[in-house]
Amino acid sequence: MLRVHNLACARGGLPLLEGVSFALAPGQALVLRGPNGCGKTTLLRCVAGLQPALAGQIAAPPDSIAYAAHADGIKSTLTVAENLEFWAAIYGTAGIAKALERMNLKALSTRAAQNLSAGQKRRLGLARLMVTGRPVWVLDEPTVSLDHASVALFGDVVRAHLAGGGMALMATHIDLGLPEAEILDLAPFKAQMPQPGSGAFDEAFL
Amino acid sequence: MASFWEYANPLKFMRTTDWLLPIVAVAAVAVTSIGLIWGFFFTPDDFRQGATVKIVFLHVPAAMMAINAWVMMLVASLVWLIRRHHVSALAAKAAAPVGLVMTLIGLITGAVWGQPMWGTWWAWDPRLTSFLILFLFYLGYIALWAAIDDPDTGADLTAVLCLVGSVFAVLSRYAAIFWNQGLHQGASLSVAPGTRMDWAYKAPLYVSMTGFGLIFLALVLAGTRTEIRARRMKALVMRERMA
Amino acid sequence: MIALLTRDLRLALRAGGGFGLGLAFFLILAVLVPLGVGPEPATLAVIAPGILWVGALLACLLSLDRIFALDYEDGSLDLLATAPVPLEAVVSIKALAHWLTTGLPLVLISPVMGLLLFLPGEAYLWLILSLLLGTPALSVIGTFGAALTVGLKRGGLLLSLLVLPLYIPTLVFGAEVVARGAQGLSTATPLALLAGLTLGAVALLPFASALVLRINLR
Repeated sequence: MLRVHNLACARGGLPLLEGVSFALAPGQALVLRGPNGCGKTTLLRCVAGLQPALAGQIAAPPDSIAYAAHADGIKSTLTVAENLEFWAAIYGTAGIAKALERMNLKALSTRAAQNLSAGQKRRLGLARLMVTGRPVWVLDEPTVSLDHASVALFGDVVRAHLAGGGMALMATHIDLGLPEAEILDLAPFKAQMPQPGSGAFDEAFL
Repeated sequence: MASFWEYANPLKFMRTTDWLLPIVAVAAVAVTSIGLIWGFFFTPDDFRQGATVKIVFLHVPAAMMAINAWVMMLVASLVWLIRRHHVSALAAKAAAPVGLVMTLIGLITGAVWGQPMWGTWWAWDPRLTSFLILFLFYLGYIALWAAIDDPDTGADLTAVLCLVGSVFAVLSRYAAIFWNQGLHQGASLSVAPGTRMDWAYKAPLYVSMTGFGLIFLALVLAGTRTEIRARRMKALVMRERMA
Repeated sequence: MIALLTRDLRLALRAGGGFGLGLAFFLILAVLVPLGVGPEPATLAVIAPGILWVGALLACLLSLDRIFALDYEDGSLDLLATAPVPLEAVVSIKALAHWLTTGLPLVLISPVMGLLLFLPGEAYLWLILSLLLGTPALSVIGTFGAALTVGLKRGGLLLSLLVLPLYIPTLVFGAEVVARGAQGLSTATPLALLAGLTLGAVALLPFASALVLRINLR
């Protein structure tokens, strides 16, 4: 269960979003929508625990969130299998075979990551999620540079993850073929100008 | 009695320093002038060092403030890390260039003094070496502030650097003492005012030290005000962008 | 933990990992100094302890910005920060990997460098021992500097400016051990101070490094 209540977050000292609330139950997916720069990435980084929220609460069971950013964190001189094995070891899970299989990377497993195409790298980055063994996937634009077949493949993987009691929070503009996913438009949550005397972020200096 | 922490509020700080800064500035100029004029013109020449000894009235106060400025930065950094008062972080930022200049004055006046006395501009005496190292620490601290865009991130990182740097500065000081007593014969040069110094020297020296302390205070207050204004400008630009 | 260590070692040893650059730099320095100072064995023998220690220190410095910069650029650092390993441990492992790929090789080839600089025979043991005790401190302090500057573009020069003053005590005690050893004096005091410094740095600095890394990632 992931519960976000009245969350406000800022990027570079500038408040972007406020009053964002949602909850994810096992088996649910939530897609964040909104124009570029509205704070999708910032919100996801807050949920992943990388940056502090300005206000509000994020409640999740400990060690439940797996985060995937724009950058895949792939080491180009390591092979596909070595990259995955590293993350499996860090998360203390065993077996990368299933992830390789599901993301259609088996034939590439001994190839150095620098020789992969952008889409193949992305698939490797998403396969990393499967070896984390964590229930809550927090995904930032997961389908960038994926072709149609791979998007469908990824949609299947997410669906299987949800069916197994997992959760997914995604920022994406592409239809993943997940009709059951709820959609949250972030535009209405754009942070308003703080009122004087409200103790806002910059109040001390005005 | 009002709490000291009230001044951690930038607005309160600005309002107080509005009237306090001119007083401190005038006092700083007055006390320093008295100390230096007294020291330069109304003290007897030393029977061995002649008139050159009088540079002590610049040298010792500057050297003292060079160290005190770092200690003040350390305290301000701790206050920022623990209590998150913006004024504290900005005061530490404002103190660094002043401390740097004080260190430089100490080094230069020391060289000018050392040339006629020891026949050399520079000696790798532990005390001199420690000051040169302190100079490097100031440079690093200022450079880190200058390199970071986000003011709060800059405050956090420089505060941690100041803490870690303080430990290593103290270690370096002992290393320098150890190093010079180690292989080499001790230089046996002392730039400290001798304990047998006469009151005729001591009195103007203390006045001059007070004056330098006031100069430091005035410059830090002025610098902090500038930093607060810069933050206010940033905040206003942010609001502009939000609107 | 071990996975992170083996990954970092593997990355350093594979193409483009930069392994050996520090060693080559150390060697070049040992060649340049006699060319600049003159070939007199007596002169070189006197300055050898200091040159060797300064050389080791600069060679260490060269590879510091790689500790976090590459992981920061490709996003691994964000992912590591959200992984179930404490960041303090990540930082310590990274420092250990840096030492294994830079410090330890320096220790191992230092006798050869000593030969080039006519280091007195009695000093070799102390050279190796002091580098063995001191280079871990260089890696740990350097990791702190690297963590401070990780988010900055062109942070390399700033990194040197921040880290070199912090290296001063290690350099003083380390070079002192070798210099005293070369003269046949007792090395116990500087050796103990060097060991204490290294142990203190290894024990405490990872907390500071992890703290600044978290600040830089947010």
